[in-house]
This record gives sequence, C-alpha cells and structure tokens, in this order.
Amino acid sequence: MYDINVLYQAKTVQEAVELHLAHPEADIIAGGTDVLVQMREGKRAGKSLLSIQGIDEIRGVKMEEDGTIRIGSLTTFSHITNDPIIQKYINVLGEAVDMVGGPQIRNAGTIGGNTCNGAVSADSTATLHAWEAIVELTGPDGIRRLPINEFYIKPGVVDLRPGEIQTGILIPKESYENTYGHYIKYAMREALDIATLGTSVNVRLSADKKTVERVRIAFGVAGPTPLRAYTAEAIGNGKPLSMELIEEVAKNVVPDLRCRDSWRASKAFRTHMAVECTKRAFIESVKLCGGEL
Amino acid sequence: MQKKYTGKSAIRVDAYDKATGRAKYVEDMLPDGALIMKIAHSKITHGYVKSIDTSAAEAVPGVVKVLTCFDVPDITFPTSGHPWSTDPHHQDVADRKLLNQHVRYYGDDIAIVIAENSVAATQAVRLIKAEYEELPFVLDPQEAMKDGAPQIHEEYPNNILAHTSSSIGNYAEAIKEPGLIKIEGWYRTPTVQHCHIENHGVYAYEENGRVVVVSSTQIPHIVRRICGQATGLPWGNIRVIKPYIGGGFGNKQDALYEPLVTWATTQVGGRLVHFECEREETFVSNRVRHSITTHLISWVREDGTLVARKGEQFANSGSYASHGHSIVAKGAGSIPQLYPVPNYEGDAYSIYTNRPTAGAMRGYGMPQTTFAVESHTDDICKQLNLDPIEYRRRTLMPQGYVDNFSKNEQYFDSFNQCLDEAIKVMDYDRKYEEYKNQTGPIRKGIGVSVFWYNTAVWPISLESCSVRMIVNQDGSIQYQTGETEIGQGCDTAYSQMVADAVGVPLKDVHVVSCQDTDVTPYGTGAYASRQTYIGSLGIAKCATELRKKILQIAHDQTRMPIEILDLVDGKIIRTTDGRVLETLGDLAMESLYSLEDSHHITAETTCQIKSNAYSFGCCIAEVEVDIPLCKAKLTKIVNVHDCGSLINPQLAEAQVHGGMSMGIGYGLSEQLLFDEKTGKPLNNNLLDYKLSTFMDHPELEVRFIENAEPTNPFGTKALGEPPACPVASAIRNAIRNATDVSINVCPINPHVLYKEFTEAGLIVD
Repeated sequence: MYDINVLYQAKTVQEAVELHLAHPEADIIAGGTDVLVQMREGKRAGKSLLSIQGIDEIRGVKMEEDGTIRIGSLTTFSHITNDPIIQKYINVLGEAVDMVGGPQIRNAGTIGGNTCNGAVSADSTATLHAWEAIVELTGPDGIRRLPINEFYIKPGVVDLRPGEIQTGILIPKESYENTYGHYIKYAMREALDIATLGTSVNVRLSADKKTVERVRIAFGVAGPTPLRAYTAEAIGNGKPLSMELIEEVAKNVVPDLRCRDSWRASKAFRTHMAVECTKRAFIESVKLCGGEL
Repeated sequence: MQKKYTGKSAIRVDAYDKATGRAKYVEDMLPDGALIMKIAHSKITHGYVKSIDTSAAEAVPGVVKVLTCFDVPDITFPTSGHPWSTDPHHQDVADRKLLNQHVRYYGDDIAIVIAENSVAATQAVRLIKAEYEELPFVLDPQEAMKDGAPQIHEEYPNNILAHTSSSIGNYAEAIKEPGLIKIEGWYRTPTVQHCHIENHGVYAYEENGRVVVVSSTQIPHIVRRICGQATGLPWGNIRVIKPYIGGGFGNKQDALYEPLVTWATTQVGGRLVHFECEREETFVSNRVRHSITTHLISWVREDGTLVARKGEQFANSGSYASHGHSIVAKGAGSIPQLYPVPNYEGDAYSIYTNRPTAGAMRGYGMPQTTFAVESHTDDICKQLNLDPIEYRRRTLMPQGYVDNFSKNEQYFDSFNQCLDEAIKVMDYDRKYEEYKNQTGPIRKGIGVSVFWYNTAVWPISLESCSVRMIVNQDGSIQYQTGETEIGQGCDTAYSQMVADAVGVPLKDVHVVSCQDTDVTPYGTGAYASRQTYIGSLGIAKCATELRKKILQIAHDQTRMPIEILDLVDGKIIRTTDGRVLETLGDLAMESLYSLEDSHHITAETTCQIKSNAYSFGCCIAEVEVDIPLCKAKLTKIVNVHDCGSLINPQLAEAQVHGGMSMGIGYGLSEQLLFDEKTGKPLNNNLLDYKLSTFMDHPELEVRFIENAEPTNPFGTKALGEPPACPVASAIRNAIRNATDVSINVCPINPHVLYKEFTEAGLIVD
C-alpha cells in the first residue's frame, strides 16, 4: 500500500497545467520509478500526486521539419533505445538509457522523469548535456525552451515554474550532424546500479578524418549538477587527431570537475576515473566517426 | 537397500507449485482482517530511551495499539537457533528484551504500532517521539576491547563476549629454531548480509488459549522454545508453523521477530498480528555475517615446511550475542587442522560493538577464516617463491588425518583429487605460466583456494533426527521430519532417500514440506550443512522399522517366512524365486480394513548421531584486471567439491552455484557500511549494497569428486555451506597473480583497488 493523499490524472498537457496550478502541492508522477520509491521510503509519504501518464501527445520520438529530434518527455528508456531515429542519429543516448536499472525499470521510467528529478546520477543526463539538448516546458504562459545545463539548478532541483510540465527534449540538427559519441557508466556492478560517474563524449571529425572539428565532454556525478568540461573541449577543438591529443584533452577535464568526497566514492577516485573514462570514450567516439589512431 | 532413486537428478518435489506460484509462503496465508505491525527503531547508536510519547501515533485513524520498551515483560532471552542445552554453562547468552530501553545499535527496536493497515501503522511509527540519553558508541571490535571503551553489556568487561585459546606443541620454543622465516599478515573481512529473496515475515494469533505462530524460519521447533522463553508463556502453549520460505542462509536460524509478534497478539486480545521486515530492516535489524580480522604469523623453513603458527581472530559480534562465540570458534578450530602444524597458538575473541547483531550465515566463520588462511598461504608461496599448488599438496591435511576432538577422518586423498580436477577444468598450469611477468594496463591472473568444512555440529552440540512414516492404503508413504526445506532442495533429496530406504517408487513418497510443531516430529532444522547427512540417518532408522512392520504383515498375509521376503519398489517379493506376492498397496489396504487384525502401518523414530564428516574442495578463479579502471573482472571459475556421494546431482550443482555467487559478492563487491561519526548504516538497501548480479558472473563451473562418506548409509556429507567458503580467497590470489599486489581485505572493489594500485605505483595521478 502506498501512502497517497489524492491522485489527479491529466489526459492532455493543457489539463495537466491547469491541475498543477490548482493543486501546487501535488507531485507530478510519470513512470513512477522514482516517485513511488521515495513515497515508500517516507520522503513523499502522504503527498498528493498528479499523474501525466495518460498524455499520449508527449510520448514518442519524432523528427521535426527543421531536422530537430523531438523526444516526448513521457518516452520510456526502452522505447528510446529501440527507436530508429535515435539509433540513426544519436545512438549513444539509446545506449546510455539502456544502462538504467533493469528491464522493468526501463520499460516504465521516462526521460522526462529522469531529467526532472534533477539527479546527477541519471544515465541520460551526461549525454543530454554533451549533446546540448534543449528542454521544452509548457506552462500557463505557453512554451519555454532552455538549454539543459540551465535547467539543472542544484541537486534535486530543476527550473520548473508553477504550472509547468516538461513536454519534450530537443536535439538540434547542428548538434547531432556528423557527430558520434560514446557513454561510459562507471558503476560498481554490471547491472541494477547507479552511476558512480557518467562520462559522455562526442566528436565531429573533419571530412578527411584527420582533424577534431568539435569534441564535447560531459559528466554526471562529478559535481552537484551534471557539467561540461569546457577547458578540455577547447584544447581538443580544431586540433589534428592523435592519441597525444586525446590524452591531453582527457587530463584537462580536471579543472572543470567539482567532485567531492562521499561514502560512495572519494574525490580522488572520481577524478581519476573522469580522466580515464574521457580518454576511453573519446577513443570510441573517434572510431565511430571512422577516424584512425 | 535399493539404489534406484538416489544419485539421480529427480525433479524437485516442489518445482511445479513454485514455478506456477501455487506454493504458499507466510504472506500468502494471511487471512483478511489481519492487523499489521510496524516497528519504531532507535535513531541513535547507543544510549537509553528515557521516554516515548505515543499520543500522536495513537491518534492516527486505524491504529489499534502502540506498545513501547516500557511495556514489555522484564525478561531477557537468547535468540540463537542452537539446540538448547540443559547445562547452564552451555546455554546461549540471554541479552535482549522484546523491545529495549538500553539501545545498542542504530535501528534497535524500541516500540511497535499495531494497526488495521500498513499505511496507518507506518504513519504512526513516524509520529512516535522518543527521548534519549545518548552514550558514546564503538563500531570496531579492537577499539571496543580497550579499557575505557563504551560498555555495551554490563556483564561483559571490555565488551569481550567470549575469548578462547588453543595450543599444540610449544610455539614459543619452536620459533627459536635458527633460520626460520617469519611471515605475518592481517586479513580483514566485511560485514555482509544474507539477502535471501523473502524478507523475514511472521504472524501470530490466539486459538483456544494458545498462540499459533506462522513464520518464515529455518528452525520451527527451536523458535517455539525461544518464543516461550521470551514471553514467559509455557512452551506447550505455543505452536509454530513453517510454510515454504524464500531462503534463509542462516539469518532465519535465529528467532528474529517471532517472540515479539507472539507477545503482540496477546496484547490485542489474540487478534492476528502480521509483521514483515522491509529490506532496509532486514539489513540492519536481523542478523549479519561477522566481520572478522585475522592475524596470522607463520614460521617456516626455506623449503616452506611449517614449523609453528599463531592465529588470532577478532570477531565483530555487534550489539547482541545471537550465536555467540561459536562462529569464530568454528573458523579458529579449522586453522591448525587444514594445514596441520606441530606448534600452534590460537586466540579467538567475540566482541560486542554498536553494530547490527552478527549471527549465523552460510559458512559459519569459514569464509572469513578461509579468506585469511588461503591468502596467507599464497603469501608464504610468494615470499619463498614456491608453486601455490605444489605447496598446498605437500602441506594440506593428508589422507588418514584424524581430528582428536571430533574423531573426523580424512579417509581419501580428497584435496589432491579436487585440485587435479580444478586444474584440468581451468587449464591452470598453462595459464599460470603464461600470466607471469605481464605488463600493460590490462592483465590476467589465476588463483587457487582450498577449503575444509565440518558437516553438522556433533560433538559441540546435540545431533538428533526424528522421522515419521505413514503408509497409505495405496502403498504410498507420507514422510514427515522436523528438518526443513528452505529452498535448498532437501525435501527432494529426502524423497529419493525414503524411496530407496523403504523400497518404494519415488512417486509414492509424499514429503510433508510444512513443519507444524503440534504434529511434526522434533528436529532442529536447517543449519550447519547437516540435513542431508543427519536426515539420511533418520530416514535409514525409520525405514528399517517400517520395513520390519511391513514384512511382518506380509508374512501374516502370505504365510511366507520373513527371511525370504523383501520390499522392492513397492512390491513384496519372495527372494528365492523373485515372485511378486503382492503390492504394498494391496498389503496396506488389506491391513487397514482387516476385520481380523487391523493395522495402520506407521513408524516414528528418533536417532541420535554421534559421528560427523569432513567435507573438502577447492576453487580456482581467473580474472582480468583493468588497472586504470580499478576493476577485477571474473572471467572463469570452478568449484570442485568432495561432498561424498551425490543424492541429486542437479540440485547439488544448483547448491554450488548459489554458494559461488555468494562468494563472488563477498570477494568483489558486498559490504554493509556505517557512518563512523553517527554509527548509522549507510547502504542498507539493494541499490547501495552491491550484491552481485548474473551480469557480474562468468559461467559457474562445478565438478564433484564422489568419495562415498564411510560414516553415512548414503555416503553423503556437507554441501550447503562449503561452496561459499573458498571463492573470495581464490579471486584475491588471482588478482595477486595478475598484478603482484597482495590485498588483505575483501571485498576487493574498485575503491580498494584504487588505493592499492596507487600505493603499488601502478596508478600515478
């Protein structure tokens, strides 16, 4: 039995916005794989819930006319992994969310929930940061779009205003075109685990595959919010591809990290892994681009 | 005795019911209208509850009763699932009450709420307000032994629950031999939890002035005794029923919450009260495996000859005694037996600390001791540049070895046979050579560990087994025993043994799986890897008596002399010519309904067992170590066991798989962590506690050496616990083989590897 006060159910985005404004005390629930767990633990015990599970209009992956990939916020992890658009243009995201929990969780959990709960350990988040995703929020004043790094405010807190529902995650064409990436979930076991560190790297090579046109690096669990390693990226951008360059870039992720000691892992441990995983994810991304090292 | 069904992989007797979900566990049996109990746990690690305000909790709609540590009977009781001893000096330590004012760990039980549903009960528990007088706490056993450390139980100065010493020869003199090499190590093992799939659950209600307790337990008869001791009720007024249970691994070889729920129902007019642990409670407020620190000093000659050895062990018993000293004592006793040594000094300590109570867990002190001894054995080989396998072959307990105390004998060349088989399966010799002198970030390694395990508990404690057999009109047999099925498959093994011992078809044996202390013959239950060994002796005795009765009736019915009658596969045979005279069904039908001489054919026997058997084996593990990522991946592993003749090979293999999985977690990932500043558990859930998964396992290879155990009619001996014993040390030795880094702590997780590789210069940040 769950200690739920009142359950509200929305069928449309409009209805969800209205219910959310009318009942600001209600927590939004989608797949329930976090909310119900926290309710059982007591953190959300006795709360009212606003379910958006029935809003089909924000479920699924679409290619928009300008080439933007739209992932509806209610799209489940297993759907994303198996979606042909994702597999063709941003396969790394499908691979990353395929590392969440176990099969049952991946069939229920949604990418909207994964980002809205503001957890740095979420498996989608490093990749969404590395691909400069845009978060779409629908509220009483209409639609608001913001870069994902601005969406995350602090641990467990995201930029959701009263009445706002996250309705989509967008990946612009400029972000994914000719770009390939790799995600490394560093965890303590091979399944059913939370990331000790998430590292997502993507690369665009020049036509002759000799130059790194653009490299983007992002981490989950390397600070209070997911973060980008801009210093290291700047060192890599526009440089001739070589193993030395990759090692140099990897070493230079350190200044942007904001790791700290916790019982789950020491700062030194996470820092060491961030460098090593950057190197490995960079190499994998280059291979996916058809580059040679 | 016929040998038609034992030794073959009969299908589990409970397979269909378990696979289809028909099998009933405690929660499945709850009637409508059950009251739900929840427990309020202490939010401090050590101190006294000064007062509890229950008013807000009582005001929650649906709450029936709130009871606190100030309401319980003033009785301290023991919880260990040992057979009781009528000698006060050998009784288990009685050191806790149903709810405790003196709280000794973060999570101790201080109050209960009984409500009409779980939401009301949970809400009320959150509203209970306790005031405490906080005391300093201590989490580490060696700190707890120091003068001035926080005192956890008044009667135990320096928190020493027990200390035992042993000696062989003259250690002090022996180490004076010139030229001896001293090899010393400290080896540490973690606190882990059993993680059986079904959390402990229990319900109780009153009926005709008695309390009926339905529990997920391994030891129903023992639990009845403890419920009586804890509540003051006459033991005969308590009836304990054990349905199917979802594993126990020793955690349910203690009275967990049966005594509290027995008392709770008496406080609400005998209404049915149900309590089921949450997983978080299972980790902290049930039992855990003792974390043991082992200090070994070996004095060896240049060729490795062991001249003298010293072993000290410090076991973290946690806040209450539970199984007391028996666990570390079992491990300590094995040290001079596994590698016999002419001069030995041993000390074993069980120490109270402000951590969760440690109790029985699969292996009972042996996984800890094996990790220490087998890591140390490899340390000796490394220092003297000896081959780890060859060194073991010439140093291990040899064939013909007899232990003076237990009279156990190593009848066969088991260790060499097991090692030979494991070497073959793993292609060990080639790999051991190939993996020498590797460089680079990714390296492979292979390592070995042996183990030793005593079956059952004689001569430390009582070993007896009671069995009842009842012949039905169709010639089929009900078989009943106090020894319990807890998922390991003993019901199936018993049915095979009964079929052969009585002489009936397997399909005609009906095992009564559920134990009910009102009707089930007395048995102590599932622990000590004892039930196949002990149960088979019980079966053999009862079958002998039943056959005698059957053949007497056969004689009466056929007028043939008893001496030429036999019962084979459900038929009465005249042995002189093999003619079938009648079936057992015909015999039983005629016998029961006879107007002349009616018999209901039954037999019930109790046998006491005053023998025991050594069980042996080894594990070889192969790893691939990614040094920069600090990950040791297990790539291949084999366990080889000499557990005597197999009763059911498929179930035996499954038993070994489970033990190996447990050993893999022990070696690489599992440990319960506590906040040093507050004593609070940090990871008491299945996300943060890194129980290993299938994805972390390679194919688990299992082989058996079947030397029939001479002291047992079916040639069987221990297999339940042994598989968990050698795995962690084999993995540790494989990691050393790969990296040349000796790690004396488990689990060897990435954090440990990062620290060790950094210290060894393999990682430079």
